[in-house]
Amino acid sequence: MKNKILLLSFFLIVWILLYLNLNAITNFIVYSIIGLEKNTHLTNAIWFFIFEVPKVLMLLILVVFGVGIIRSYFSPERTRKMLGGKSLFAGNVLASLLGVVTPFCSCSAIPLFLGFVQSGVPLGVTFSFLIAAPMINEVALVLLFGLFGWKTALLYAATGLLIAITAGYVIGKLKLERFVESWVYDTKANQVEFIEEKIPFSERIDTGIAAVEEIVAKVWIYIVIGIAVGAGIHGYVPENFMASLMGKSAWWSVPLSVLIGIPMYSNAAGIIPIVQALLEKGASLGTVLAFMMSVIGLSLPETIILKKVLKIQLIGIFIGVVGVGIIIVGYLFNFIFA
Amino acid sequence: MNVIKVYGSGCANCKKLEQMCYNALQELQIDASIEKVTDLQEIMKTGILSTPGLEINGKMISSGKLPTKSTLVYWIQDNIH
Repeated sequence: MKNKILLLSFFLIVWILLYLNLNAITNFIVYSIIGLEKNTHLTNAIWFFIFEVPKVLMLLILVVFGVGIIRSYFSPERTRKMLGGKSLFAGNVLASLLGVVTPFCSCSAIPLFLGFVQSGVPLGVTFSFLIAAPMINEVALVLLFGLFGWKTALLYAATGLLIAITAGYVIGKLKLERFVESWVYDTKANQVEFIEEKIPFSERIDTGIAAVEEIVAKVWIYIVIGIAVGAGIHGYVPENFMASLMGKSAWWSVPLSVLIGIPMYSNAAGIIPIVQALLEKGASLGTVLAFMMSVIGLSLPETIILKKVLKIQLIGIFIGVVGVGIIIVGYLFNFIFA
Repeated sequence: MNVIKVYGSGCANCKKLEQMCYNALQELQIDASIEKVTDLQEIMKTGILSTPGLEINGKMISSGKLPTKSTLVYWIQDNIH
């Protein structure tokens, strides 16, 4: 245990030193070791790549590790307990926040939905959770922070929460229980307690490390590709290539990109190369973020899985409400960053 | 007879956990049957909300995560007759 914390502190110090000196290190590699000429297109592209890849990967490792430890304190079973008997609005807020920190995989969407609803968590509150969980995730936030700055990341998280809260609230207000398959309410869910809830901190550290191994192994390639795309098109494709199509002046671009985004399915990392390319070439931030939200927040495969427990009308309303929320956010961003 | 049940409707982690159980049993030289439960109703009856779920001799051990190898070995040793 002591050794683990010492080792961890050591890594953290190395991390901070590296991160703070990344600029100087990059300069050293690009100009002294490779010996490139300053201020050419090619040099700038290579510099960007050598600087951004370690930066984003380092941020990712740190955040995924931290989130892994936080998540070890939460479980869907525990979240359900906290949500039971909550009133509509307070429940929606809590469910959205818990959606961010509760470990959740979309392959468990059905058992989770059933378990929530059958133990008395209101339908709208359950939806708040199901919307927030995939949409606001650590990989998306790290990438937005690393590539576009903290304002973008914060706005994404805040508006994502807002959509989850309001969409869940609206679904709750509409009283749509009749569109849930009737057998769902016929069964009462059992609650379980796990023996492993009291786990020592050193084991939580292991959980954090395991999360880093799993997530970074899965997404690093998308990040490298994304940054390569960003570096590659920098200065090569005309600046305003996308502006007429997805720029601010094209009002229809927000709903259109949401419509295109819904049937697409990708994890947060996979979509970043596209986001990077679009933004770089003059697409506006609101339009691109709306696209990103609809791809990772509303995925058709996941909604089709839900068909087992929801009638088609409710799936339609769900997509509609969340889609409208995303469109509003898109316009808002375009307006703010005008 | 020792019974280990892995609950899950076929996600990647569920298959991995099942395989890990086989490996652990072999390593520990313990005789137990491993059952894969894929039926949704059966899964829901246990009260777990995320898969894979792991049950050893009727006791629900964990859900929604892959344990490390050593943790799994510990769980099995701790709950086996």
